[in-house]
Amino acid sequence: MNDISPVMWQFLVKWLTNFALYPPEASKIAPQMDALYFFMVLVSLIGLTIVVLLVLAFSVLYRKDRHPHAVQIEGSTLLEATWTIIPLGLFLIMFVWGALIYFRVYTPPANAMNIYVVGKQWMWKAEHPGGQHEINSLHIPTGQPVQLTLISQDVFHSFSIPAFRVKREAIPGRYTTVWFEPTTPGTYHLFCTQYCGTDHSQMVGEIVVLSPDDFKKWLASSTSGNSLAQDGERLFASLQCTTCHNANPASRGPVLAGIYGSKVTLSTGQVVTADDAFIRESILFPSQQISQGYAPIMPTFQGQISEEGVIELVEYIKSLDSYNRVRQTTNTTELLPGSERTGAPVQTQPAPQGKVNQ
Amino acid sequence: MSDSPAVMHAETADSHHEHPAYQRHHFESVAQQFDATNFAMWLFLLTEVMFFGGLFTAYLIMRNWYYPAFVEASHQLNIGWGTANTSVLILSSFTMAMGVYNAHMRRKSGLVFCLILTFILGLGFLGIKSIEYTEKYEKHHIPGFHYSMSSFLNPASDPEVHNSYPDDKPLGLDMARHTELYFFLYFAMTGMHALHMIIGIAILGYLIVRAQAGDFTTGHITYIENFGLYWHFVDIIWIFLFPLLYLISRH
Amino acid sequence: MNFMSRENGLLSWLLTGDHKRIAILYLISITCFFFIGGALAGLIRLELLTPQSDLMASDTYNKVFTMHGIIMIFLFLVPSVPATLGNFFIPMMIGAKDLALPKINLLSWYMYVVGGILVIYTMVAGGVDTGWTFTTPLSTHYVNTNVMSTGMAIFVAGFSSIFTGLNFIVTIHKMRCPGMTWFRLPLFVWSNYAASILMVLGTPVLAITIVLVALERTVGIGVFDPTKGGDPILFQHLFWFYSHPAVYIMILPGMGVISETISTFSRKRVFGYTAVAFSSVAIAVFGFFVWAHHMFIMGISNYSMLVFSLLTMLVAVPSAIKIFNWTFTLYKGSITFETPMLYSFGFMGLFTIGGLTGVFLGASGTDIHLTETYFIVAHFHFVMVGGMLMAFLAGIHFWWPKMTGRMYPEKISQLAAVVTFIGFNLTFFPQFILGTLGMPRRYAAYPPEFQILNVFSTAGATILGVGYLLPVIYLVWSLKYGEIAGNNPWQATGLEWQTQSPPLTENFVINPVMDHEAYDYDWLENQGVKEVASVG
Repeated sequence: MNDISPVMWQFLVKWLTNFALYPPEASKIAPQMDALYFFMVLVSLIGLTIVVLLVLAFSVLYRKDRHPHAVQIEGSTLLEATWTIIPLGLFLIMFVWGALIYFRVYTPPANAMNIYVVGKQWMWKAEHPGGQHEINSLHIPTGQPVQLTLISQDVFHSFSIPAFRVKREAIPGRYTTVWFEPTTPGTYHLFCTQYCGTDHSQMVGEIVVLSPDDFKKWLASSTSGNSLAQDGERLFASLQCTTCHNANPASRGPVLAGIYGSKVTLSTGQVVTADDAFIRESILFPSQQISQGYAPIMPTFQGQISEEGVIELVEYIKSLDSYNRVRQTTNTTELLPGSERTGAPVQTQPAPQGKVNQ
Repeated sequence: MSDSPAVMHAETADSHHEHPAYQRHHFESVAQQFDATNFAMWLFLLTEVMFFGGLFTAYLIMRNWYYPAFVEASHQLNIGWGTANTSVLILSSFTMAMGVYNAHMRRKSGLVFCLILTFILGLGFLGIKSIEYTEKYEKHHIPGFHYSMSSFLNPASDPEVHNSYPDDKPLGLDMARHTELYFFLYFAMTGMHALHMIIGIAILGYLIVRAQAGDFTTGHITYIENFGLYWHFVDIIWIFLFPLLYLISRH
Repeated sequence: MNFMSRENGLLSWLLTGDHKRIAILYLISITCFFFIGGALAGLIRLELLTPQSDLMASDTYNKVFTMHGIIMIFLFLVPSVPATLGNFFIPMMIGAKDLALPKINLLSWYMYVVGGILVIYTMVAGGVDTGWTFTTPLSTHYVNTNVMSTGMAIFVAGFSSIFTGLNFIVTIHKMRCPGMTWFRLPLFVWSNYAASILMVLGTPVLAITIVLVALERTVGIGVFDPTKGGDPILFQHLFWFYSHPAVYIMILPGMGVISETISTFSRKRVFGYTAVAFSSVAIAVFGFFVWAHHMFIMGISNYSMLVFSLLTMLVAVPSAIKIFNWTFTLYKGSITFETPMLYSFGFMGLFTIGGLTGVFLGASGTDIHLTETYFIVAHFHFVMVGGMLMAFLAGIHFWWPKMTGRMYPEKISQLAAVVTFIGFNLTFFPQFILGTLGMPRRYAAYPPEFQILNVFSTAGATILGVGYLLPVIYLVWSLKYGEIAGNNPWQATGLEWQTQSPPLTENFVINPVMDHEAYDYDWLENQGVKEVASVG
């Protein structure tokens, strides 16, 4: 493209942006979804063309002055079969293809970095595990699967990033997840797409995709001091959870160290996986998930903690491998996958607040 | 159900008025009129099934999720009264069916007698229901109106129920809250049912007056027959409500 | 002497049992509400001319689009063809004197009027801003606008719908004239029958949903509130269980009209009569099992998604079958291009686009990107406005001579059809692109790069408005000055065309006997020209 002058190039880009027919493709799944979309556009165009051409042709060939006597035709089973089976076949292809993409979008890989997002009227709050908080924006690195765990504090909202082709409802009362892997640095639109009241149109923001190095710099400069897990530890103590959940062999509550991701048997005999939702439910609606062998005495904390508080507790419990203190660190780069984060303890270098471990 | 009208030959619309006074002009025959209105009533009852269906769905889901709360809350209902109500309604369906029979047999006094019995039994049902509702009010079990969970947090504080169900354990606060949900569905479902009963009894009153005037014993059985269908339907709804609401833990 | 001149006076209209008079009452009320809803649409498009939310406050905008949706769906689209054309012509098409339950028919109109008055009250009292979908917990706990009166309005209007559907089903089953077997029925009757099944079975579920929302809002229990152990997703299931079949309630009668017009103006029996009849019923049946495709991104399980996505693909097929059958009805026909035919062609093109874009949404993968954006808005306006409203106008123009005894001016009506088609495409096609670009729906403000497409859309809306105003003007004009129509100006085959225009109150002088197939143009030719004196 060396022979196109810079002015022309700028004009071309501006033209393409202003007259774009589809958003930029900034995630790994975007081209895959666009492929299906364009297949559908093609099929639709062909279908529409067939119908329109037939209607036009018949209208011309068989208009009254040219064809004064209509020929009464009952039908044709062959034609009926054709135009039943071919559309059905095409729709079924779209069904399968669409379902595959759907699975891909909503099945995060195991090494995805998890960021919590709480939606409330009328803003988005993103919480990085390292304690960085953002309002109406989300900074993420390229080349890294990112999972969002979403919840709403009030009504339905929907977290939508058109450039990534992903969208997920943030529902009050339960976590939902979506994941993506950004490919191109840049700033992209973030919209709330589920009508949520007066300032629904103002619940917009920016998705800032950075290169991995820039992202590390950003993490370091935006930290508030404590990681989510550390905040959670503090909350755990202040709510006196340790009264029952401690290392004491006669403790009245189940041991929480290492519980995340494991299978838990409930008093009903049912076996469930202790995931984010399980931990949240246990804090807010404990009567429904009494572990086998324990008395149903855990009080509910509903109304006493916000969704952010729950997230902090969840993060804390995720990080527990023993009841020893969570290691002090502000170096959250260790929390990026590739450092075998999941379930593993954070590094033992105590660093003074605000300083980055280079 | 026949699908074609009875008239098999063309006739002009206003040719002669050789039809009973109660046959409406847009029908070809009394048989067609009866057929059509009967079918219409069945269809209407189908819409009622769909209407109650939403409530039943909500109930079944909530009961599945919050079983302990629903069980203990259901123990607050008096099975004696519930059984009495069930018997009253079944009996009233019987008297209604006898009324329909009398209408077919063109026996005016029999018809009026059966309708009056049905009326009284219907009122009896509503009377028992109001006793039960008053009890709920006194124990602060009406959702949204000073609702009290004390009977569930501490069953011993409610000796009347506790003696019948000594095995009921105290519920945790989060589970006890769901008892209010049970009562909400209880009042919504039985209330909706009672509303249909009230409408039915009102219509029944009107039918008694007309039956006494002899309108339904000349062969014009449509109203009685179709109302009978409605009444039986309201009965059947109760027959589903009773085990769902009262008999949760009985098996 | 005809049904209009037989008795005069307001009470004779307000207490009538005559299905034709009730149809006219409905037509007048529906038209009024259509223009109110249309004015609200105009306000929406005006606001969206600029990226900022500058024409009205956000709250007001939210109320405007909510009322637009409620009025257009419940007070216009749902009753449009069934309550006007269905009421008027189903008894005539089957050779009956009236519907089975005339008093219920009148009651249904009154319920419609009460519902309408409650909606007007809501607007005057400050509106409601929950969106027509009144999602919980927003509608139960987070707005302080007139949710209760809106709920009551829709509840009452719903009964209007149930009674109409119930009446149609009973009539079609029990009141067919001798010789009128199921497979001799006009396809208009089949379509309305299928829609009636949906009305009767689906609307009560909406009714109970509204009751539950009202109770939750007043008593505050929490059956939909997660902080009290309820589940907002339960609301979604209950709501969409009706609201998806509702869209088929809206489109099926329109499809019935198209069968009639395409057949008449090609002088040919509809190609594949049985296939079209069964497709109508198939759409109704399948339509009940696809509701959760409105919930793909709400956290339903993968298994649920598979079931609902597959069924959605299946429900698309009968509509495709119909489009092809109508197309092939033209084959070897003898085609003329009167106004109803122009609207029908418009329907076929626009409904094809609208229906195909539905498939984009039924495939769950693409739905993730496209849902809750202007793509959805474009999709449903293509099927509802480009499809249903065009079909309604086709039907009004087709049967106007029969209902009123007058012809409307042909040239201006053809012009209006073309203007509507152009205006429609300009309004709604850019919205597909806006949706793909990611512009969310229900937004008063948007990023500036979306402006130019929004401006196109508003420009189109202006043209569309003109296209809709014209028919009101010339149709009313034709009542006094239009050419006298005669019995059968289009030389159509239905029983309704074999009698005078406007019809007698009893519909037929001699009770008909059906001795030929539907759309039998040979039979029609053998009739010769029967000129029964048309008086009045």
